[in-house]
Amino acid sequence: MFIFMLLFSRQGKLRLQKWYVPLSDKEKKKITRELVQTVLARKPKMCSFLEWRDLKIVYKRYASLYFCCAIEDQDNELITLEIIHRYVELLDKYFGSVCELDIIFNFEKAYFILDEFLLGGEAQETSKKNVLKAIEQADLLQEVRPAPLKP
Amino acid sequence: MGSSEMCRDLAGEVEKLLKTSNSYLRKKAALCAVHVIRKVPELMEMFLPATKNLLSEKNHGVLHTSVVLLTEMCERSPDMLAHFRKLVPQLVRILKNLIMSGYSPEHDVSGISDPFLQVRILRLLRILGKNDDDSSEAMNDILAQVATNTETSKNVGNAILYETVLTIMDIKSESGLRVLAINILGRFLLNNDKNIRYVALTSLLKTVQTDHNAVQRHRSTIVDCLKDLDVSIKRRAMELSFALVNGNNIRGMMKELLYFLDSCDPEFKADCASGVFLAAEKYAPSKRWHIDTIMRVLTTAGSYVRDDSVPNLIQLITNSVEMHAYTVQRLYKALLDDISQQPLVQVASWCIGEYGDLLVSGQCEEEEPIQVTEDEVLDVLEGLLVSNLSTPVTRGYSLTAIMKLSTRFSSVNRIKKVVSIYGSSIDVELQQRAVEYNALFKKYDHMRPALLERMPIMEKTASNGPTEIVQTNGIPSMTAYNKNGLKIDFTFERANPNPNIAVITIHATNSTEAEMTDFVFQAAVPKTFQLQLLSPSSNVVPALNQGTVTQVIRVLNPQKQQLRMRIKLTYTHKGSAVQDLAEVNNFPPQSWQ
Repeated sequence: MFIFMLLFSRQGKLRLQKWYVPLSDKEKKKITRELVQTVLARKPKMCSFLEWRDLKIVYKRYASLYFCCAIEDQDNELITLEIIHRYVELLDKYFGSVCELDIIFNFEKAYFILDEFLLGGEAQETSKKNVLKAIEQADLLQEVRPAPLKP
Repeated sequence: MGSSEMCRDLAGEVEKLLKTSNSYLRKKAALCAVHVIRKVPELMEMFLPATKNLLSEKNHGVLHTSVVLLTEMCERSPDMLAHFRKLVPQLVRILKNLIMSGYSPEHDVSGISDPFLQVRILRLLRILGKNDDDSSEAMNDILAQVATNTETSKNVGNAILYETVLTIMDIKSESGLRVLAINILGRFLLNNDKNIRYVALTSLLKTVQTDHNAVQRHRSTIVDCLKDLDVSIKRRAMELSFALVNGNNIRGMMKELLYFLDSCDPEFKADCASGVFLAAEKYAPSKRWHIDTIMRVLTTAGSYVRDDSVPNLIQLITNSVEMHAYTVQRLYKALLDDISQQPLVQVASWCIGEYGDLLVSGQCEEEEPIQVTEDEVLDVLEGLLVSNLSTPVTRGYSLTAIMKLSTRFSSVNRIKKVVSIYGSSIDVELQQRAVEYNALFKKYDHMRPALLERMPIMEKTASNGPTEIVQTNGIPSMTAYNKNGLKIDFTFERANPNPNIAVITIHATNSTEAEMTDFVFQAAVPKTFQLQLLSPSSNVVPALNQGTVTQVIRVLNPQKQQLRMRIKLTYTHKGSAVQDLAEVNNFPPQSWQ
């Protein structure tokens, strides 16, 4: 199960954070700060996995963004890399050749896609087509929304 | 999200949704159920009826989440586990279909059909097959098939292979399959991808206890990984190398490990040095080799050696009587080169104090004896006293050494002068020693030879207590674990000279009528502590409290924090394997303050 997922830039700016366990705001900030520092300090040739505070951290860099997740002890690290890759593919398909700016300006869409793909820390849909279909339907709903209530 | 009260309230709704016809809702309901079970395990039974048809799903999304739900239930409850064992054939069939079926664009990742689902099923099979012969047998074929047919050119294939290997190692698989699994790990080790190598080393570390011989075959590859650039890989390779050391390969392995010690980062040096000492102690082919190895560690990584290794080394040297002359000569030569590494200097000055007469008389058999005069030796020791590089502890060692030489050397006057100078030293410890030694010269000269005589051979302090637990050093003992007839008591000792180390002896007794065999005690401590577990007295705990298994744990607690420990016990009792985890929190304050 995923404990959390963070996306941050090379300069350490947080672009997206999703937590799958209840933690106080202070704790979240502390974890984020420390983890970002640790991951950014690693050299490019190093392993994608590290142990940090009895959690397993899996991270991958895509262009200027670091995708960093924490998984439990029994989870398979290699398949986690695949899950991260699948999420990136979903973003790519949706935004069409996604870049960091897309995520910055449309962060709510990024969250929607993540929520359609992962739920409660586990992958809920293994087919790319189905996830994207669900997002499309949600988008349609947004456009065809009934007019706001008149006062 | 969702507290336990919320979960209780909504569980009924979730259960209903599990049965709806809309697959989109069903998969979400399944994951909600997982969360509910995590928060409120008692509600698990509620979801049982809904799980009946879960595996006959066509929709991969629902299938995936269902497998997650089943996994969660089986992990939490042994009853559920027994109940779901009958699903093994179905799972095997689903997995087979995934592998055999043709290209399906919807679920495909780099040529492999729905790897996420495959990995999940493999994990569930692992849980179901553990300790169960029938299930394990049913899985043998499919595991072999997955292991041989999966494409390994991309990460996806390797992810599936990794999960397969983990499953094979955990269930009661036949030996051919296990060898296949270890060979896959061996192949991983040669892979260019760092992540794969890391994962292989981690898995091999887990399996080295059970399949020692098979892992030995890959020893040379593992030793090569010591030279890798990545820190995590180096650490794993080092741990694995220590696990693989045995009587046959000790010389070769030690050469590699010492070379590694020379060139590795400072953060590894302490662990590596301790590991080298332990391995040398267990498997040294000869005393001389042992002493040489210790010398090498002290000279290359001397300042990183742990504090408690100095007394251990001293004891070791005392016990190898025939090597005294050789040891003291080598240590003296090392001192001449370099006095900055404190543990080396401490051991060296202690030895010179004890065996200085052998040094001066040139009695060494193993090596060309060097010509040293008493004055030269005293010069070196006095040099240590005045040097800025010496810590107060080291200075204490060298002063005592000089004093001991007064009975072994003839230049007593020089020694008297040195001792009286330090009677007015600023350092309180040094001053006290000097004043006492002065008194020894003046008033108690008749006792001096007897007091400063050679140390006798020391017995290693082994606390093999009888079944009644005694209070040692005023620290009360405690019962750490008492369940199913197995009782584990802890007794404590504070190690001298380092008060940050607590030496805990566990005493395991068994009050049932059947003995407990293959008894393994493991312990883990929070990150601020360091733990060293020595070998147990035996692996069998006799029945009806007829005997005790003892094992010594040393815990280093530099920050004097509250001692906490998680222990894991595994043993075989009346034919079945038992495993239990427990937290130990009731340590008496005197054990860590």
